[in-house]
Amino acid sequence: MFVRGLKRKCFDGEEDIEGTLAGIKAIPSYNLQRQSLLDMSLVKLQLCHMLVEPNLCRSVLIANTVRQIQEEMTQDGTWQMINTQSTGQASLDRLVSTDILCRSSREQAEGKHVPGYSTFNKDFAGDQAQDSSETMSTASSVQAPRNLQSNVWEMENPQENKGNFQKSLDQIFETLENKSPNSVEDLFSEVDNSYYDLDTMLTGMMSNTKMGHCDGLETFSSPTTATSNSNCKSDLNELDHIVEILVES
Amino acid sequence: FLGAGGGNDIQWCFSQVKGAVDDDVAEADIISTVEFNHSGELLATGDKGGRVVIFQQEQENKTQSHSRGEYNVYSTFQSHEPEFDYLKSLEIEEKINKIRWLPQKNAAQFLLSTNDKTIKLWKISERDKRPEGYNLKEEDGRYRDPTTVTTLRVPVFRPMDLMVEASPRRIFANAHTYHINSISINSDYETYLSADDLRINLWHLEITDRSFNIVDIKPANMEELTEVITAAEFHPNSCNTFVYSSSKGTIRLCDMRASALCDRHSKLFEEPEDPSNRSFFSEIISSISDVKFSHSGRYMMTRDYLSVKIWDLNMENRPVETYQVHEYLRSKLCSLYENDCIFDKFECCWNGSDRQVIFNRTVTFFLPPLCSIVMTGSYNNFFRMFDRNTKRDITLEASRENNKPRTVLKPRKVCASGKRKKDEISVDSLDFNKKILHTAWHPKENIIAVATTNNLYIFQDKMN
Repeated sequence: MFVRGLKRKCFDGEEDIEGTLAGIKAIPSYNLQRQSLLDMSLVKLQLCHMLVEPNLCRSVLIANTVRQIQEEMTQDGTWQMINTQSTGQASLDRLVSTDILCRSSREQAEGKHVPGYSTFNKDFAGDQAQDSSETMSTASSVQAPRNLQSNVWEMENPQENKGNFQKSLDQIFETLENKSPNSVEDLFSEVDNSYYDLDTMLTGMMSNTKMGHCDGLETFSSPTTATSNSNCKSDLNELDHIVEILVES
Repeated sequence: FLGAGGGNDIQWCFSQVKGAVDDDVAEADIISTVEFNHSGELLATGDKGGRVVIFQQEQENKTQSHSRGEYNVYSTFQSHEPEFDYLKSLEIEEKINKIRWLPQKNAAQFLLSTNDKTIKLWKISERDKRPEGYNLKEEDGRYRDPTTVTTLRVPVFRPMDLMVEASPRRIFANAHTYHINSISINSDYETYLSADDLRINLWHLEITDRSFNIVDIKPANMEELTEVITAAEFHPNSCNTFVYSSSKGTIRLCDMRASALCDRHSKLFEEPEDPSNRSFFSEIISSISDVKFSHSGRYMMTRDYLSVKIWDLNMENRPVETYQVHEYLRSKLCSLYENDCIFDKFECCWNGSDRQVIFNRTVTFFLPPLCSIVMTGSYNNFFRMFDRNTKRDITLEASRENNKPRTVLKPRKVCASGKRKKDEISVDSLDFNKKILHTAWHPKENIIAVATTNNLYIFQDKMN
């Protein structure tokens, strides 16, 4: 998704965009947009579980959206994590979020999410500002959410994604059903629990540092190699952001 | 020459605003429901902090016909407290999801208020007299020494300052596993329904330890869950009929005479999807957030994310009218999904039921209900009204900047694309944190209550 501050060139043939999006060189492919929607949805579902008692209607709607994407990707044959970077197809009206809706609400959304998620957002923005290559930036935009997804679901390789994804959806609904501490723990049993431990995050011991750093094309097809990236400056930014959120709350 | 409803368009004027002035909104003050009682004299609001505030309309000065009475605080009470469910280790929010008034039967007023799990029947009564002159007690309540009592007198009632008391008369608990989204009082005035995400229960107002489950859409295997109940309402005249809406944009009408468990609907209202508008967000925006019967019961109105639809109960395959609330958001759905605004649940309401025709200020005729105008909220503190007869619509704003009484509100306009005209607001400038989810229309007059995040605005029509 396009975060404020991104420098991209204008969409061709798009209606007037005032102000913030300075330019968009090429239209990201439908597949990439769909992938990022899928990733965003999975993150939302994950966050649902971190709330005290998830809103069932919202969870169901998001899960249905995920299923729809999954079905379409299965039909397309693109369910195996794609490598293509085709920027051709223009049927974007379905997914394009061309305008930044409301900065204050977005900032607010960042502020109220679990720091991990906000950090992801912030890293994403931070990285994008530095990227010179346009194709790299589109790759990174997909990479960042996938890294998050990898950490969260602890998928070892793309092949397992589908199975784990289905399993995770099922677990979510079981959890919604039971809502007992044990179920929630089961859901997270595969996940590195320290992810949600704010103390560990603050002390920087976290796998947090794995997220959001992309070396673009190199790491595109192997999500887990991102673990080797560490950018001190981004780490500091992350920590600042986390502290900011905690202080505000 | 018609009063409310027909003829000329209504000119809305600011009347009052209630609530804190600061921009810094305390979470507990967020208004979560607004409801007029059956006479319109009382206006209740519920908030996220579990409190109910009731406003009462001042008695009109009959000789002065220039303005209707103002609403002032009548009673405030804590309806629900936060609770902790120890079995699930989950907190139960005290936020008031809905308030519904019972019709008045005696001097006291009764209302039902509900949070996610528990419904309460509250009695609101006035006390303006108190007994004085007890034989055995002093004025302050202490008991007198019996040996000092030498005479016998009858206590008398003496006037006192008006005191309004709210007391919980019934607590209907432990019947909902999921979050309650609706309550609706039956036209028999003896029973009511409560609906959560997966079940609807029928209660008797006098009985708190039992309720009957009348709808259950929970699948045997929760992994198969794809649809939830979003709202439910009893038919205004037919005490055996109710409807419930779903997250897939369908409305089911059920008849309780058909069977004890109304899992099979009598009617299913669903509009076929428009293939040209199909997207990954189609289902989410089709989810119905509110359903309201018209006063006659012939029609019902539903609200989904982008539109208001009017359905004729005799026609199941499509609505008879559709009104676009903020179509300019259709191209922004992805961003609205990202910031969760796409899940906002807007309510809708009909205009008041009675039409009054006043001749020479002395004679009043009451004409049958019209239900010609529908109202619903949007973002940027805008709210919208659609006139079903003239097909005209208007966008107004609830803001403190327009707060001069009897000044007609200026219509607002959102510029979807292209060149923005003067006084128009572009979609990008809309504030999505300022949402109007709850609105209410006085049952008899052209007075409306519009809730922003933490303020309640009251508007009325300009009386000539």
